[in-house]
Amino acid sequence: MTTVENNAPAQEIGRDRRRKEDRRLITGRTRWTDNQALTGLLHLSIVRSPFAHAEIGSIDTSAAKQIPGVVAVYTASDIGADAVQLPCAWPITKDMKSPQRPALAGSRVNFAGEGVAVVVARSAAAAKDAAELVEVDYTELEPVLDMEEALKEGATLVHPELGTNENAQWVFDSGEAGSGGSATEALSAAEKADDQVVITRRFRQQRLVPVFMEPRSTVVDPSGEQLVMWSSTQVPHILKTMLALTLGLPEHKIRVIAPDVGGGFGGKIAVAPEEVVTLLVAQKLGKPVKWTETRSESLLTAHHGRDQIQDISMAVTKDGIIKGLDVKLLADMGAYLGLVGPGVPILGAFMFNAIYKIPAYRFDCTNVFTTKTLTDAYRGAGRPEATFGIERMMDEVAVELGLEPMEFRKKNWIKHEEFPFTTVSTLTYDTGNYEAATDQAMQMFDYDGLRREQEERRKRGDVKQLGLGISTFTEMCGLAPSRVLGSLDYGAGGWETASIRMLPTGKAEVVVGVSPHGQGHETAFSQIIADKLGVPFEDVEILHGDTQSSYRGLDTYGSRSLAVGGIAMVKAAEKVVAKAKPIAAHMLEASEDDIEFTAGKFSVKGTDKGVGIQDVALAVFAAHDYPEGIEPDIDAHATFDPENFSYPHGTHLCAVEVDTETGFVQLHKYVCVDDVGTVINPLIVEGQIHGGLAQGIAQALFEEAPYDESGTLLSGTLVDYTLPSAADLINFDTANTSTPSTTNPLGVKGVGEAGTIASTPAVVNAVLDAVRQYGVSDIDMPTTPFRVWTAINSAKGTAGRADEADVASPGAGLGSTAKDMPEGGNL
Amino acid sequence: MARIRTTVDGLVYEDDVEPRMLLVQYLRERLGKTGTVIGCDTSNCGACTVHLDGLSVKSCSVLAVQANGSEVLTVEGLERDGQLHPVQQAFHDNHALQCGYCTPGMIMQSIDLLGDNPDPTEQEVREGIEGNLCRCTGYQNIVRAVQDAAQKMKPGATASQPASVAGGGA
Ligand code: FES
Ligand code: FES
Repeated sequence: MTTVENNAPAQEIGRDRRRKEDRRLITGRTRWTDNQALTGLLHLSIVRSPFAHAEIGSIDTSAAKQIPGVVAVYTASDIGADAVQLPCAWPITKDMKSPQRPALAGSRVNFAGEGVAVVVARSAAAAKDAAELVEVDYTELEPVLDMEEALKEGATLVHPELGTNENAQWVFDSGEAGSGGSATEALSAAEKADDQVVITRRFRQQRLVPVFMEPRSTVVDPSGEQLVMWSSTQVPHILKTMLALTLGLPEHKIRVIAPDVGGGFGGKIAVAPEEVVTLLVAQKLGKPVKWTETRSESLLTAHHGRDQIQDISMAVTKDGIIKGLDVKLLADMGAYLGLVGPGVPILGAFMFNAIYKIPAYRFDCTNVFTTKTLTDAYRGAGRPEATFGIERMMDEVAVELGLEPMEFRKKNWIKHEEFPFTTVSTLTYDTGNYEAATDQAMQMFDYDGLRREQEERRKRGDVKQLGLGISTFTEMCGLAPSRVLGSLDYGAGGWETASIRMLPTGKAEVVVGVSPHGQGHETAFSQIIADKLGVPFEDVEILHGDTQSSYRGLDTYGSRSLAVGGIAMVKAAEKVVAKAKPIAAHMLEASEDDIEFTAGKFSVKGTDKGVGIQDVALAVFAAHDYPEGIEPDIDAHATFDPENFSYPHGTHLCAVEVDTETGFVQLHKYVCVDDVGTVINPLIVEGQIHGGLAQGIAQALFEEAPYDESGTLLSGTLVDYTLPSAADLINFDTANTSTPSTTNPLGVKGVGEAGTIASTPAVVNAVLDAVRQYGVSDIDMPTTPFRVWTAINSAKGTAGRADEADVASPGAGLGSTAKDMPEGGNL
Repeated sequence: MARIRTTVDGLVYEDDVEPRMLLVQYLRERLGKTGTVIGCDTSNCGACTVHLDGLSVKSCSVLAVQANGSEVLTVEGLERDGQLHPVQQAFHDNHALQCGYCTPGMIMQSIDLLGDNPDPTEQEVREGIEGNLCRCTGYQNIVRAVQDAAQKMKPGATASQPASVAGGGA
């Protein structure tokens, strides 16, 4: 027993702790999956189809087998890979069309890059050499590349056995749901009303590739009692369960380890065909086997993201009040359904109405199969697409109505005193303050000053024109309340688990079910536990990513690690304290009712007698003297299932300089004020925002995964898929406002996706704001110099033509005042 | 097979290698120097950056045989007597890494950059690390870290006694 010392540790939550995980990463002592070197390890190389759509004839493996060091060459049927049905966990409708997705194609390939055979060799180099010698006879079929064409009568079918290229249609109608009026009626009423207009736009969400920097890798060791899979995955727990279900393996005979994982961004939420192939080969040979992809393989075959066509109509009064919103989406699934692929656009269904009070809303999404790489979650998953659609629309409508774009938003957004607010898409936003975030952002940005500069540059006819873009966004994150997921037919719950093991010396091992790949969990979670248990930050170890230690969890995606997993940790810590309390009372010879717990110490009210929780841990280890009727153990386990999502929001403002002679877009200034609720570690939050911004900006300006007419990916290397470098970006000015979430005890909201979700429309709005004056009304993403230059020059050639409905009137940029605008009724 | 003799992070190695073996493969597969990583197959990402006779190179674009007779320094050889290199320290201090996959290459390139230009501007840093891609950080804190390291490495600065990293310490 010790007496209470009055040196309570400093509060850890909110502190800008440097990260615990850095040491190993900056010294090269990392454990990437590809670093695994097991005795007798064999290496795989997968033979992939160069064709998008083809029947597979004969496969000749004889030459490949002659390469020294080659152990085996297997076609799909040799290892049963063609019979596998890789899982899709999100059947969005009861009658969703779902093709079989094999681990290797047996009779037909459905996208360029699909695996058809696998070489096993003593070295990766030998495997690769041999893979090139595998002769496959293909009979080419017509590729299916265009979503609208794919849905037409008589279109070539990706999967003839499905009888259609339509995967599913998913509709939400607020009139039917009872959460609002009928958007169809709102739109037709607006068309008839004199004081209203309907504005319609089509936006294209181009296809992107997540491009985590660590290529995917999987090692399987089948030699022990449990088969061990190391994999560069975001979802070790889901992977383990899905491997058991998919391959019929006993779940308790599988152990999955996600060691250090070099980024994911949704791209590593998968049960990948290669993971299954590696496992099947390892089982067949009884030897440890490794598969590591090249970057080109990764770009070609790891799932892609986005790829939607958005047709959006908004009914609005001429003075700027939104009356209805109608959203029609076509979403490209690619050739197969990924783990959550069909549900990705559906996540957007709840976000098109964004921060606005929209009385009537309809969302109608059709998922389409094409002969391209499948799409699935990429940072934001459905929500960036929705945010882009609505925020681009807000600018378009403001231009049409001659309203200042921020004023138009203000007229329609939910005011801070209106929270909690139930939206037209049925979500209840718990907290938020759009005014506060916006005011701060406008001030940091010097919005008025930049508008003046814009005006001056226009008057001078500068070659470099300034454009300002806005995005006021919210998102739903912290996936997710299990019941909500159930109502959306999602194949799992959304709870999260944590266990705390109090070691004899008072140190705490915290086992978590979420699985990091760069987020800084070890640091942020240590801060939470340090506060909740009152133990030093250094005395906490976070254990994750190994199903042997962490047997229960649903992993990391959808900004859920803190907002769901963090709360499980808090609950577990509360249980530890509750279990320790009677023991502390016993040690202090006091009644439990007189014991209070603060800053790691149990003390007897009104005395200076106390005992630390770390001493209680030792006492239960010795267990020489503890109260009757309780177990000598203060470890605890908790599972948290949230009641609601969390709703971070923010205001992002972007200024770009557009070189009107070259079309080159240079970021000029970027300000964002994000409300992510309570901040555990401001350094980590800032880092998440920076990285998210870079990815969202990259969608606006740089990245695209296009296919040619034969279905070949044109961005199959990092030469063609142009990730921004440091020289392409600028310093971002970031800040936070905070309205703590009321749906969880920490008050946290997710932060992992915010930057990506918000930034893309801010940038594109800025680019358009710079060039609308020439008559440009839209530019597809990415807004490359070529596209911008072309848009300026073709608009200049056609500006003023009355039949050119989508070309706004010259001079009518967003910075323009209403007097430049035609009367609303003439639109 | 060709016989090569190299010094890597201060130790001398002699090995027979296939003539086509890349330096990065030699480091990872033969020497177990897995701190240096591979991020692409087109020499774009810089994840594999090491120093060859004092200059930064992308070790995926150098053959192991070309390193014969040379000195190679990887991220694993930067610590001195348990003290981090000031650039390593600055990456930690400035939260210049998230997943850490680009980090070894970024650190090696940044050291090379500071060798050429001990006091770079923000733009010079951005251009100096242009050949190294990071998907996590948006580069802002990396730039900050390199400039911070530049200050600490100035003659007279106290970079030789960087603060301990263990256990954080904000
Ligand atoms: S591995 Fe990408 S540049 Fe060397
Ligand atoms: S920190 Fe992840 S790629 Fe740079």
